[in-house]
Amino acid sequence: MSTDTTAPLRNIKARRTTLENIVRNLKTAPVSAWFGMIVILIYAIFAIFAPWLAPHSENEVIGKAYEHGSSLALLGTDQIGRDLYSRLIYGARNTIGIAVITTLVSFLVGGSLGVLAALKRGWLDQGVSRVVDAFLAIPVLIFALMMLAVVGKSVVNLIIILALLDATRVFRLSRAVALNAVVMDYVESAKLRGEGMGWIVFKEIVPNILPPLITEFGLRFCFVFLTISALSFLGVGVQPPTADWGSMVAENKTLITFGNPAPLYPAAAIALLTVAVNFVVDWFLHKTSGLRDGK
Amino acid sequence: MASDIKRVKGDVLLEIKNLVIDGKSDDEWKPIIRGIDLTLKRGEVLGLIGESGAGKSTLGLAGMGYARPGCRITSGTINFDGIDLVAASEETRRGLWGSRIAYVAQSAAASFNPAHHIIDQTIETAVGHNIMTREKAEADARDLYKRLQLPNPDTIGLRFPHQVSGGQLQRAMTAMAMSCRPDLIIFDEPTTALDVTTQVEVLAAMRNIVEQFNTAAIYITHDLAVVAQMAHRIMVLRYGNLVEEAPTREMLKQPTQEYTKSLWAVRKLQKPETTSDDIILNIDGVDATYGGGTSKVLDNVTVKIPRGTTVAVVGESGSGKSTLARAITGLLPPSKGTISFNGKALPAALANRDRDTLRRIQMIYQSADTALNPRQTVRDIIGRPLEFYLGLKGAANDRRVVQLLENIELNESYIDRYPGEMSGGQKQRISIARALAAEPELIICDEVTSALDQIVQEEILQLLMKLQKETNVTYLFITHDIATVRAISDEIVVMHRGKVVQQGLKSKVLNPPYPAYTELLLSSVPQMDPDWLTGLLAKRSAKV
Amino acid sequence: MHPVLKTVLQRLGLGVLTLFAVSIIIFSSLQMLPGGYAQNILGQGATPETVKNFNHELGLDRPAYVRYVEWIGNAVQGDFGNSYSGTTGTIKRSVSAIIAPRLYNTFFLAAMAAVVAVPLSLLLGVLAALYRNSWYDRIVNSITLTTIAMPEFFIAYLLMFFFAVKHRWFYSLSTVSESTSFWEHVNRATLPALTMTLVIIAHMMRMTRASIINLLASPYIEMAQLKGVSKSQVILRHALPNAWAPIATVIAFNLAYLVVGVVVVEVVYVYPGIGQMMVDAVSSRDMPVVQACALIFAATYILLNLLADIVSITTNPRLLHPK
Repeated sequence: MSTDTTAPLRNIKARRTTLENIVRNLKTAPVSAWFGMIVILIYAIFAIFAPWLAPHSENEVIGKAYEHGSSLALLGTDQIGRDLYSRLIYGARNTIGIAVITTLVSFLVGGSLGVLAALKRGWLDQGVSRVVDAFLAIPVLIFALMMLAVVGKSVVNLIIILALLDATRVFRLSRAVALNAVVMDYVESAKLRGEGMGWIVFKEIVPNILPPLITEFGLRFCFVFLTISALSFLGVGVQPPTADWGSMVAENKTLITFGNPAPLYPAAAIALLTVAVNFVVDWFLHKTSGLRDGK
Repeated sequence: MASDIKRVKGDVLLEIKNLVIDGKSDDEWKPIIRGIDLTLKRGEVLGLIGESGAGKSTLGLAGMGYARPGCRITSGTINFDGIDLVAASEETRRGLWGSRIAYVAQSAAASFNPAHHIIDQTIETAVGHNIMTREKAEADARDLYKRLQLPNPDTIGLRFPHQVSGGQLQRAMTAMAMSCRPDLIIFDEPTTALDVTTQVEVLAAMRNIVEQFNTAAIYITHDLAVVAQMAHRIMVLRYGNLVEEAPTREMLKQPTQEYTKSLWAVRKLQKPETTSDDIILNIDGVDATYGGGTSKVLDNVTVKIPRGTTVAVVGESGSGKSTLARAITGLLPPSKGTISFNGKALPAALANRDRDTLRRIQMIYQSADTALNPRQTVRDIIGRPLEFYLGLKGAANDRRVVQLLENIELNESYIDRYPGEMSGGQKQRISIARALAAEPELIICDEVTSALDQIVQEEILQLLMKLQKETNVTYLFITHDIATVRAISDEIVVMHRGKVVQQGLKSKVLNPPYPAYTELLLSSVPQMDPDWLTGLLAKRSAKV
Repeated sequence: MHPVLKTVLQRLGLGVLTLFAVSIIIFSSLQMLPGGYAQNILGQGATPETVKNFNHELGLDRPAYVRYVEWIGNAVQGDFGNSYSGTTGTIKRSVSAIIAPRLYNTFFLAAMAAVVAVPLSLLLGVLAALYRNSWYDRIVNSITLTTIAMPEFFIAYLLMFFFAVKHRWFYSLSTVSESTSFWEHVNRATLPALTMTLVIIAHMMRMTRASIINLLASPYIEMAQLKGVSKSQVILRHALPNAWAPIATVIAFNLAYLVVGVVVVEVVYVYPGIGQMMVDAVSSRDMPVVQACALIFAATYILLNLLADIVSITTNPRLLHPK
């Protein structure tokens, strides 16, 4: 067969763009998902614009300790007289930022190893899988506590330790998802065509495992975020004077016995964000699995 | 049965009127059954036939007054022997199920509870509804096993479902359905999952026992030749509507509707036999094993493929026909023997083959759903081999893609579609175009039509033949379907348990004298003749 | 050998192997520190002499494998060595002696939560599965989804705020000692146990619901219905015999979760358990105590999963009745 290179290429009807698809999906999103997305957006705005939105700076002492809410300090002051409201806003930036970075590192390490193991199989897969199995047998919080005892408390240590521990979970999932894709005929077809590793991974496999991995990113973020908050609450995570929600709960915890709900505010800030992310993830799962209960 | 229409003279047992059933998809209720009437007399066997999505299973289950989760009966009446099943309480329906109306499912392996003995499940309804004592029910079950020609009828019931074969389990399920001597049995594609040689025994056993007890039955299948053996009367369904209804013989002789005629069109397709002395692929004494194991999946396989012809490799599951394809493509390097292409030895492993060799041998898969990357558009899918092998880029690549689309009888508007936006037949065409884009000399077709509906199958086969005429490409056509083989092949290779039983021109292989296995295989393929099964059984018993 | 026995033995072997691997990870965590543990503890200003003395005193100057064999050998017999805090003086406190009463307290708390949470969540989960897509199911789904997304300390302080501060129904601090009577112990541990119960129920209900729905979708369940088997018999005769494996997995997973969850809850209520102790030891970098706690937590975790797998194996008809 020969190609007539002079023939004009006729106009081809444009199809729906990605943007149009997103808008279409958003229109059908349930209330819970909308609620989740709006909450996440508000948190993002507070995190990014913290210095402009907070009435006081992160560590400015504005009054006496443990003052009740007033026009000066909306939610009162903490144990050394800093504005709780301002620290709450700065906390968004610090706590969420640390959790996002940790989850990203975890996905970079765990995800790439998982896909590689699924594709290569053999000793690489066996080796990494066995090591990961051993690590999976230790609860993350316990392991993190132990490692922090060894290397000492610091934000960098916290991020590295949690990212590596979480990477074992990400490895498990991405390997399983990639294995499903690797056995597909279209991957075999690409191999038979003579395609290299790069093409097979980035053009054939990755686009297909991205939706479940994005969903998992949401869930892993929640888990990492809660673990970091728990560690900070226990006093071994983010260290003072950095404004961090987990530590703020711990710093003000004595207030609660006096009937002052101050420690509940940062705790509620954590809870609201994870609930919001979970609602969005739940909707995503519903959409991507295509499975509905009762069928 | 089909030969004995006069026997059916009883009163009406089941009467369905103007039935509408909705199914939920994407959070919306859409009709699956759109107003169908159905009447069944005592002792009569009614065949429901149609392609996937015709609603035949839904209608069959409605005969029990049952709608699967996600389905609902919207309007119409279902009257079973004076009882209105739609209005009846769940309690009433449950009282009928198993005792007066029984069900035989497609997958016996999944429909038996793995935790209980076969016999306990067989007699569960009889004992549970206090129809018989346990002792009597067990004795009766053993008798049914014997009538259904199960091996060791006295002890087979003491085994667990995973301990017996699929064909045996399917007969045990028939015994289970028969245990209370119901008035009506619904058979839902009971032999679809079985190999043809097993299917014959199961069909014979089921037909025999339904006849013995004068049980009415609804037999659901997509295979016209099977239903011809089983049913007195046939209803053809499509998209939830009744297309045509007639007694079996009448329907086979002179179907009135275009759609019904088209259902067996593939069997009319006939390729004039050609051959050539120019051997494109020579497989010589090839052995293959999986995972370096000792059991041979391919055992001393020798096959010659002449250029420009279609060679069909036919066999049942486990025959090694798909493994042969893997050996040729280099995915499973043979442990012994050589494969030469255009007179030159092919490197055994895929990694050692150069790009031009890879280009010359292309493959088309059974399921386009898994063979096409769902995240790539048609432009990416067909354009990639053009770029990869022929270096076509940009507008030139697009132009060629459009040309190829025209070759496979799709217009250029498909170029930006994703596989999910096309029908099964269209997707398979895209698979063909992708193979064609490489301008290959040999295309391996692995069961390319078995996942498709009858009419689409014919279109795909015709397209493949047209393309062969235009490009003189050679096909190695792997299939289990004899009708397809008859339609498109020049030469046939019969495989059984990893060995080649026979290779030769179509006219030779499909005509006597046959080797024993070829004869068994060919004679087991159901024919459109309603007397086929009776004749075959008579012939086989005469031989023994 | 019978396939069930063979599979159980294989699984047991794997369990021992995992424990071994985990003990090595826990032990060697101490070696990972660049510059050594002593340097880190004593600070950059420490003279080589001090570091040497410190290491000698703790036995850290001997080869690692010798110390591992000694450590694990003693640990198996319940001896986890001496705590670092206090080693500078003459009195050496045995880790086991510190841990033992606290371990009892922790198991007391976990048992209290489990006794309520396990049966209740199984029941509620099965009900949600049987009546799926009903109002009950939807409400339960939103509530549990919200609950599992909350940090434990939020729930803990919320309960404390309402039930111990606003209404003085329970103790806000769960101080118990060896002289505390059983019922007094129960009374003081009510709020921490309630916190953990709420968290576990949310997780466990969702998992139970999912696995029961999965089970009920099996073709043999539909077949049983179409055979006219009554609703209760479908559940008892057809679903239940195949439900042990998924249920055991759900229970084990959640009990393991409980074990980890105690850490935060103990700290909130100042309950003298092993979790609070581990957190204190981490802050003071008292490694023998940290390692002992980590090993106990990990071993419990591994043991629970092992038990669930053995239940799955011994109730699998395909293994019980081989071909």
